[in-house]
Amino acid sequence: MTKIIKTLDGNEAVATIAHKTNEVIAIYPITPSSNMGEHADAWSAQGRKNLWGTVPAVVEMQAEGGAAGAVHGALQTGALTTTFTASQGLLLMIPNMYKIAGELTASVFHVSARSIAAQALSIFGDHSDVMAARSTGWAMLGSGSVQEAHDFALIAQAATLEARVPFIHFFEGFRVSHEVSKIEMLPKETIRALINDEYVHAHRARGLSPDHPVIRGTAQNPDVFFQARETVNPFYEACPDIVQKYMDQFAALTGRKYKLFEYEGAADAKHVIVIIGSGGETVAETAKALNAAGKNVGVLRVRLYRPFSIKHFVEALPASVKVLSVLDRTKEPGASGEPLYQDVVTAVTEAVAEGIAPFEHAPRIIGGRYGLSSKEFTPAMVKGIYDDMANAKPKNHFTIGINDDVSHTSLEYDPGFSIEGEKTVRAVFFGLGSDGTVGANKNSIKIIGEETDNYAQGYFVYDSKKSGAKTISHLRFGPEAIRASYLISQANFVACHQFNFLEQIDMLKYAQPGAVFLLNSIYDTDEIWSQLPKEVQKAIIEKGLQFYILDAYRVAEKAGMGRRINTIMQTAFFYISGVLPQDEAIAAIKASIKKTYGKRGETVVQKNYAAVDQALAHLRKVDVPAKTTSDLTMRKPVSDAAPKFVREVVGTIIAGDGDSLPVSAMPIDGTYPVATTQWEKRNITLDIPVWEEDLCIQCGKCVFVCPHAVIRQKVYDPALLADAPTTFKHIDGKFKEFPGSAFTIQVAPEDCTGCQLCVQVCPAKDKSQPKRKALNMAAQPPIRESEAVNWDFFLSIPEADRTKFDPTNIKNSQLLQPLFEFSGACAGCGETPYIKLASQLFGDRMVIANATGCSSIYGGNLPTHPYSVNKDGRGPAWSNSLFEDNAEFGLGMRLTVDKQNEYARELVHQLTNLLGENLADELLIADQSDETGIQAQRTRVDELKKKLAGSDDPKAKDLLSLADVLVKKSIWIVGGDGWAYDIGYGGLDHVLASGRNVNVLVLDTQVYSNTGGQSSKATPMGAVAKFAANGKGIPRKDLGMIAMSYGYIYVAQVAMGSSDMQTLRAFREADAFDGPSLILAYSPCINHGYDLIDQLSHQDMAVKSGLWPLYRYNPNLIAKFKNPLNLDSKAPTIPVKEAAYTETRYSMLALSDEGRAEQLMQTAQADVNARWELYQQMASMSYDNNDETNE
Amino acid sequence: MVDLKTNYLGLALKNPLVASASPLSETVQGVQQLEEAGVSAVVVYSLFEEQIIKESLELDHFLSRDTHSFAEAMTHLPEVGKFSLAPENYVQHISNLKAAVSIPVIGSLNGVSTGGWIEYAQKIEAAGADALELNLYYLPTDPALGGNEIEAAYLQVVKDIRKTIRIPLAVKLSPFITALPNFAKKLADAGANGLVLFNRFYQPDFDLEALEVVPDLHLSTSSELLLPLRWIAILKGRVALDFALTSGVHTVEDIVKSMMAGANVAMSASTLLKNGTDYARELIAKLEEWLIDHEYESIQQMQGSLSQEMSGNEAAFERANYMKVLNSY
Repeated sequence: MTKIIKTLDGNEAVATIAHKTNEVIAIYPITPSSNMGEHADAWSAQGRKNLWGTVPAVVEMQAEGGAAGAVHGALQTGALTTTFTASQGLLLMIPNMYKIAGELTASVFHVSARSIAAQALSIFGDHSDVMAARSTGWAMLGSGSVQEAHDFALIAQAATLEARVPFIHFFEGFRVSHEVSKIEMLPKETIRALINDEYVHAHRARGLSPDHPVIRGTAQNPDVFFQARETVNPFYEACPDIVQKYMDQFAALTGRKYKLFEYEGAADAKHVIVIIGSGGETVAETAKALNAAGKNVGVLRVRLYRPFSIKHFVEALPASVKVLSVLDRTKEPGASGEPLYQDVVTAVTEAVAEGIAPFEHAPRIIGGRYGLSSKEFTPAMVKGIYDDMANAKPKNHFTIGINDDVSHTSLEYDPGFSIEGEKTVRAVFFGLGSDGTVGANKNSIKIIGEETDNYAQGYFVYDSKKSGAKTISHLRFGPEAIRASYLISQANFVACHQFNFLEQIDMLKYAQPGAVFLLNSIYDTDEIWSQLPKEVQKAIIEKGLQFYILDAYRVAEKAGMGRRINTIMQTAFFYISGVLPQDEAIAAIKASIKKTYGKRGETVVQKNYAAVDQALAHLRKVDVPAKTTSDLTMRKPVSDAAPKFVREVVGTIIAGDGDSLPVSAMPIDGTYPVATTQWEKRNITLDIPVWEEDLCIQCGKCVFVCPHAVIRQKVYDPALLADAPTTFKHIDGKFKEFPGSAFTIQVAPEDCTGCQLCVQVCPAKDKSQPKRKALNMAAQPPIRESEAVNWDFFLSIPEADRTKFDPTNIKNSQLLQPLFEFSGACAGCGETPYIKLASQLFGDRMVIANATGCSSIYGGNLPTHPYSVNKDGRGPAWSNSLFEDNAEFGLGMRLTVDKQNEYARELVHQLTNLLGENLADELLIADQSDETGIQAQRTRVDELKKKLAGSDDPKAKDLLSLADVLVKKSIWIVGGDGWAYDIGYGGLDHVLASGRNVNVLVLDTQVYSNTGGQSSKATPMGAVAKFAANGKGIPRKDLGMIAMSYGYIYVAQVAMGSSDMQTLRAFREADAFDGPSLILAYSPCINHGYDLIDQLSHQDMAVKSGLWPLYRYNPNLIAKFKNPLNLDSKAPTIPVKEAAYTETRYSMLALSDEGRAEQLMQTAQADVNARWELYQQMASMSYDNNDETNE
Repeated sequence: MVDLKTNYLGLALKNPLVASASPLSETVQGVQQLEEAGVSAVVVYSLFEEQIIKESLELDHFLSRDTHSFAEAMTHLPEVGKFSLAPENYVQHISNLKAAVSIPVIGSLNGVSTGGWIEYAQKIEAAGADALELNLYYLPTDPALGGNEIEAAYLQVVKDIRKTIRIPLAVKLSPFITALPNFAKKLADAGANGLVLFNRFYQPDFDLEALEVVPDLHLSTSSELLLPLRWIAILKGRVALDFALTSGVHTVEDIVKSMMAGANVAMSASTLLKNGTDYARELIAKLEEWLIDHEYESIQQMQGSLSQEMSGNEAAFERANYMKVLNSY
């Protein structure tokens, strides 16, 4: 049989088997498993069939709990069923998993194992999730490489059918799920041979059917539950041998041999490490290297962790072992040890007691933790562990890979130790997400994997920012098998695809002596040396690097590729590395281009070909001078003016050196300071807006739409201009509340993302040349320094007094200081203007519960945080609990505020003697409906604090601890549509129904944005999204209508790009409404498939087509005998199709399935018409009791 | 019984009314209705050079943009098995039309530069088109670019396309050619078989409130007939090309005038869009009546009868006519 070699990532490798061997697949997105569901959905949409020749049914559920429920139901009715998940998703499945196992039901869940949120969320890989599920009764089979993940997906499927024990098949998130590796694919014949239809039919026969009815899922009582629970034991007893049987059959078919517990190393090893997962690859390779150096060490890799077979475990150990070091990739605080450690202790103890161990005396067993949240686990660390095992008293419950200077758990190791063979080429590439570096490198590794005899591996490290995101690609290839589940630290080839990275990242620390350094440079050979920072020059000279430059931007421009330099740098890499002869390399790159882009049209293919053809002509080798000459130096990550924590901790993380931070540097409970994005000057755009003050009409629209709060306006006393920098611009203010004032619009030049929304929205045009507006884009570098000085001066100008004006119009509202700034959201993000607006209006008294998603990532991902403070130190207090529970989390905040307010008021009443009757009364009856009232209450609270200070009265002390709650607080529950419409809907409904005063802001992008655009119930009909690859076939859920049906919930549907005033009104009314409020905010997103610079007109089209009608439903109006529903937009004036087809999410369906697209558009139009009719009828109902027509 | 038959680009047509490129030909059903209404041939809506290039680039841009940037979202839209891009759809549409109607189907390409897009001429031919109409329209805004260069570029496109196809090739032009007879001859030499006069196009209008330039397109009126009428009358007999008159063909008189000027066919879109496809039936019936009323036996009898060469009043088409019109005021 011909071998099928493919180079792909772990998720695809697993999904291939899962799709082939199941009938029903229930999916829900969660990183890093989402891609498996995406593949399954796309393959079924394309008609790919399973082993039995039918297309698996793929259904997206509202949550992982729902997916598990659907899986349970499908299994119970006899379908071969699977799902994919990770982390919190797996936790949500646990209740069903107990049931599925208790009912002895064959199934495999494929888990890309990931950290569980504790002090913080993390999307990266470890075993926290699967270990939390170890008591469910599921078998647990762990794979440690892409090949193993592919193989074990099948072995698990085959074994579960016979064993009737359900399987978790797990592999580390990112390290395996996202590593691109060259593997041997399992042909259909092998899959067919391993899956026994006898067991498939038995599974089906056990399914519930009215044709042979049984009852399953009974309730049992103390008399029999226990006995019934023990019935399953024989199945668990048999399971390990069944797995080994299939492993053996698999080996006979493929030649790849696996054991339940696999020992590698010296036959007489004294020191053996026990480990599960990809870390085992690293330990095995290190042990091999150490064996070659005469060390008698070994490793026992655990494949089948549950059921834990003591017999097989001890049989696999060498009799010579004296010390076992058991490594867990999870943490169980308070336990006597982590899970694998405890199992090993138990196993050895029992085996020795039973006399089945190969040794007479139990070896010493120590446990340690490594690799949490994808922390690096390197051969150097492995050697550190072996070295410690050789000590008379090896450290137990150790950690490796961090510096624990608090509990002193960490082992020392020599980071310089390496086992990487010289035959393996190691290349590291630094790029921007937007320049296509990662995509090109994935292609490169596929070319090397599939066009040469080399083994190949690609691993990619991403940024936590969504705009200006940096990427690092780690590529290995060579004639020997690659078993390196860790990043490259010493590379033969380092490429820098963005010149400005040189001043930010010490990338040449990755270069080994004599390595190649390839730089994308606009400077030619005669200029380049003088443009390099001194540190870079020094590294090039000292390491003797071969230095190449290539003006990839110029080549890209000539080829019509814009700023996508991926294929150009890729071609240079192939040329310099010599992995293939030049002609073959170029042919392979072109074949890859054709494969990747071919279906997008010949034009795209030809442009890429042109870029490839022109690349080498522009490649230059630089003669490296003998001495450093540069005056330029690398930039500090943050300013010296930043607070200590920001300089020492945040700055280290920004510099990419967070791994070096010791435990003591980290906050103990996940609490971090706010207002830290201001210190991270990212300089990610080449163009920024420049204010033409002579044209400005001071409307505030630019400030309103800015997603990153980088353009601001102020009115101020002109006398302050005495200290203004010479280039600081200003005009006379046109605010009736501030006569005689000066006015300035100022841009933060180093924080701007260059999205251009401010320029788009600017209505002020030069009458002689309308292309000149009051804001125009200009090159940033020439004005960066001067505008930075102007920005600092601007910040020093006092904010306008909030009590002096009403923010009832856009112009005034934008005088309010934003307390949400410089987030890492995408350039042109459609969500953040709404959060910023809320922060302006209520930020100094706002508590935010934020659902997991985009808004929690740009709101709370390290290293810096965008929520900010005013001059008094007040600002939004923010927290993220989970994805599914955000409404409840926010309600809890409301309950605290309400309860504490009630108690504080009781105390004020009781302490009237101390406070004075006037103050007490005023505190209790204060009108806080506007800024003046709120400020007055703050003054009263200050007075209260002064009066109670020093009092020994316990009640006074109690009141002092609560006094701030007497000032009105605004509770905001913020999240995306995935949360509000799907996973959190039950809780949201309950919280809204509670009648409590919470404000819910749904940033409605109509997809799960953060995980890459999966369909939610907010996705409109006809739109293509992941998990709806054939176009969403049903209309979006009308969440606003559901909320309105309660009659006592304030509901608004807004789109700031269509009506900023209506948006402003809705936010103010929601806050003012003394009850639950819900704002559905239309939020353009990159997942919609158009340039976000055009988002304002797209928002307008959404409204004008009726896809997103604007309205406000204010229950307060009912008491005034008015209809509570105000329709703020007019009847649709443009067809749905016309609006929709300006966005790729819709138009791509017309290109892939025109008939379906047309049919969906027609139905969508009918739905929009019907909904509008309904809204109109509701809005025209009379609420006047005297109106006869209402009788 | 009068004979309405005519010949255009070597195609024997039952009458001289041809549906020119318009949205009416976007569906098979639309073309079937045109056939039922009696038009003798249909020019299918145009496939634009820009469309061929832009659609591909846009799709690539939006599917590639910001991918592989962020750990949680490697891509933003799902992978789709296959796209049917506009060019492929167009070619398929031609094929579908040929299977559905028996009148000649003329494909239409709109572009000005040589390049990859012209391969679609061949694909249109392969799909069964009876002829190809090449719509050449370039708006020169560069002061450094002279008329000769533009005409040379036009001719190059015609030559390149001629090399790739065997079916008849008509060229549709804008009226802004300095020496049309000379250029028409060059087109004939380059391999064109017919000339379609004239192109109509989007003309920008101004939005005075927003101070913005906005595109606009009005349907034609009969008054627009006069320009192509004159030029066909001048060219008829001078260059070895067939002629289609398009722009302003709304009434039976307009068709008759077209024929008398020397056109082989009169093309209409605006009036069919405005009055419905069935209006073609009415026009053809009226044409027959007109011929009977005016005692013509056939269309061929009148074709070119009022061309400059045959009218006996050559001055009427030249400057002298200008003087005459002025004097009539």
